[in-house]
Amino acid sequence: MLDDKTGEYAAEDGTEAVVPLMEMRNIVLRFGGVVAIRDISFDIREGEIRAIIGPNGAGKSSLLNVISGFYHPQEGVVIFRGRERAPMKPYQVARQGIARTFQNIALFHGMTVLDNVMTGRLTRMKSSMAAQALWIGSAEREEIENRGKVEEIIDFLNIQHIRKVPVGRLPYGLKKRVELARALAAEPELLLLDEPMAGMNVEEKEDMSRFILDVNDEFGTTIALIEHDMGVVMDLSDRVVVMDYGRKIGDGTPDEVRNNQDVIDAYLGVGHD
Amino acid sequence: MVEALSTGTLDSLPALLARNAREMGGKAAFREKEFGIWRTWTWDEAKSLVDDLAVGLIELGVAPGDHVAILGPNRPQLYMSMIAIQSTGAVPVPLYQEAVAEEAAYVLEHCGAKYVIANDQEQVDKVIEVRDRLAQLKHVIYLDARGLRGYDHSSISSFGGIIESGRAARERLGGEMVRRREALGRDDTCIMLYTSGTTGFPKGVVLTNGNIIESSRVSSAFDGLKPSDEVLAYLPMAWVGDFIFSIGQAHWTGFCVNCPESHDTMSSDLREIGPTYYFAPPRMFEGQLTNVMIRMEDAGAAKRWMFGHFMEHARRVGGRILDGGRVGLADRLKYALGEFLVYGPLKNALGMSNVRVGYTAGEAIGPEIFEFYRSLGINLKQLYGQTEASVFITQQPDREVRSDTVGVPSPGVEIKVGEDGEVHYRSPGTFREYYRNPESTASTKDPDGWVATGDAGFIEEATGHLRIIDRAKDVGKLSTGGMFAPKYVENKLKFYPNILEAVVFGAGRDRCVAFLNIDLAAVGSWAERNNIAYGSYQELSQHPKVLDMVKEHVDEVNRSVAADEMLSGCQIHRFLVLHKQLDADDGELTRTQKVRRKVIGEKFDDLVSALYDGADEVRTETEVTYEDGRKGRIAATLVIRDAEVAPIGTVAAAAMAAE
Repeated sequence: MLDDKTGEYAAEDGTEAVVPLMEMRNIVLRFGGVVAIRDISFDIREGEIRAIIGPNGAGKSSLLNVISGFYHPQEGVVIFRGRERAPMKPYQVARQGIARTFQNIALFHGMTVLDNVMTGRLTRMKSSMAAQALWIGSAEREEIENRGKVEEIIDFLNIQHIRKVPVGRLPYGLKKRVELARALAAEPELLLLDEPMAGMNVEEKEDMSRFILDVNDEFGTTIALIEHDMGVVMDLSDRVVVMDYGRKIGDGTPDEVRNNQDVIDAYLGVGHD
Repeated sequence: MVEALSTGTLDSLPALLARNAREMGGKAAFREKEFGIWRTWTWDEAKSLVDDLAVGLIELGVAPGDHVAILGPNRPQLYMSMIAIQSTGAVPVPLYQEAVAEEAAYVLEHCGAKYVIANDQEQVDKVIEVRDRLAQLKHVIYLDARGLRGYDHSSISSFGGIIESGRAARERLGGEMVRRREALGRDDTCIMLYTSGTTGFPKGVVLTNGNIIESSRVSSAFDGLKPSDEVLAYLPMAWVGDFIFSIGQAHWTGFCVNCPESHDTMSSDLREIGPTYYFAPPRMFEGQLTNVMIRMEDAGAAKRWMFGHFMEHARRVGGRILDGGRVGLADRLKYALGEFLVYGPLKNALGMSNVRVGYTAGEAIGPEIFEFYRSLGINLKQLYGQTEASVFITQQPDREVRSDTVGVPSPGVEIKVGEDGEVHYRSPGTFREYYRNPESTASTKDPDGWVATGDAGFIEEATGHLRIIDRAKDVGKLSTGGMFAPKYVENKLKFYPNILEAVVFGAGRDRCVAFLNIDLAAVGSWAERNNIAYGSYQELSQHPKVLDMVKEHVDEVNRSVAADEMLSGCQIHRFLVLHKQLDADDGELTRTQKVRRKVIGEKFDDLVSALYDGADEVRTETEVTYEDGRKGRIAATLVIRDAEVAPIGTVAAAAMAAE
């Protein structure tokens, strides 16, 4: 836990603790009178796959938007790499090493797969707009470097055959993969996936699960994901946060969560008072 | 330009590699597209990689005579591995990369492979899955480390690691490697290739250095292959054709072998490379033609007119121009205009602009498909070959090309047709034996070296060309006494773009029936144009309009079969369209995509009996295997249709005449 007085991390029993990559403390998010997130605290450890689950309207996407810096919570603090994060713009968050995909695909439909994935490198391009337009000096070297990285990702996700295809022409499952590719192109430390498997068939889900595990294994990327498919969540993730009506009702390993009475009630639809 | 290469004492592939490195070290030997860029290995680089790898393998314990299996797609590193394995005195055994673990296990067990070089995690997993049964297996080497980090590395290592250990041990073991390499002679085993096995288990065909080098030498000269030629290697490495083209001929002539980026990028890689020497099975040519036709259907009216007009002209004179025949000046000028407007761009889109020599083999090719490519000015020819012959038995010389023959005996090959109609051959490429299977060796190859092909055929007296009728063991009799040659009819059916696969039954029965597979690309596009809605392959396959269309094709085939007196009994009386595509994963096709008639007959015996008992439809349930090896079941009700056949009287009369 973060010690309020010293501002340093110490385990509760006094031994040296693992510093979580990100910690959310007592987050409250309201839209007018509607409370989307009520006093939620949890952490994401370096290198783990952390799932956020819950019924529709539980506040999962809102929570993800808080992590990505798109929403600013009215109360609570977000601690990234041991330091409290001041409210910042999404692009500043991206520069800190956080990348995401969206629930309903947000790609540039008229652009090719390659160009879409290249946009993921934008935060890493330093040369001026003029230099890039004229393709002179550092711009040329930079583009070659970035293209190299992008090609590695294209190879990693097996999308070589659609490299030059406009994204608008691709089937849904492939678009999802392209979106993952763009997020990976930013070489994030923390990757946020908003329902990466929504609307996919079994085969596509299996492929996507494989890719998520491979990303985690190969690049050591920490992953936080929202997902509806319980089978997938339980298989993939190291730890799971369960939300219902903006509250956290469970947190732990898949096995712990599976046996939690509150979680069972939420999923089986026991009446709320 | 490279000078003529020396042809002195070259008794092994490693010796050929050494010569190429010496005499044209800076020329491209292999290329592979990776990370979007074509990466090149020169003959020099290939040689040094092979040397390091060979020493690394010796360090690992590979001994002369060992079998080392190769499991993966066409990649330069895997081709070079084969030469490195030979350099240690061991024998490479390439496996079909799509093989499921069970199939791979049979081959690995049968050849007693001690080492496996696998491409990636998928292939490594296959080996690990059946590890318990492979007592001899010592070590697995992988190329792509992805996903393998967490594996127990006591008996697996990376390709790069082996090369490094080889480089480090060069001083110590280099001499040993050179000694082993120089000991290789023409009679030593070069490679062992497993036949795909249309019946029973695959057999390991042992081919010697002499077989491969001699076949490569003669066939390279036949087509005037040059060091500047380019090929695209995309057919399975376990297939003898790929070994001859991408290793044998490539090492003999020194041309460059290009490996595609992935299976799905084949067509764009083909366009980028523009091979000069091209090989594809009929299926590939059919598929490309179907795609062209589908795209033309969607083109504007002006383009369609232009395409139709010039293709008609090409059909008339294109073949003759290619064969150097007499064609009038006006026709030649019009053909040249067509080349500019249609043929050239089309060839470019197909990736065939530079093709100087193209071959198709493995199955019969439809005359229209064959003529289509030839009329564009692509020198497409047929050859007839077998694993046991190091490919070449017969092939078509330039200017003697026809769709209904497979050509004249290749240089050095002798051919005779037995009394029962079976074709036999004897050649320098003739295999030594089937590995650990003396009975089969004895029944296939007689003491004088004549090999039975298992195919029935005859030699045309006028031209000396060989014509193949069917697999000898498939040719049977109907109960009416008429001749039954299923392949003959199946090929006629398959020439329709809408029909992907056909299986005809009728041996020992009074009439013939057929299973058909529709081609999803062709029929799907047809359905779209005709506003026919369908939810799945299965639904489309049973759509009444699809069945009507298929019936028309069957009727046409019947009319054409009826015209042949000897085979008029083979007309299709009833047929059904299968609810699933025949698949090698389900054992219905071989890995080289040939129909396993017996397996299909047994698996779908309920459908066969329904075709004969007069039912209008039949309910069936079938087990299917998914790509990852899991199994599932699909159920369907299949409609059975009657086809029009020529009157029974004439059929019976023809059958009697045949006897």
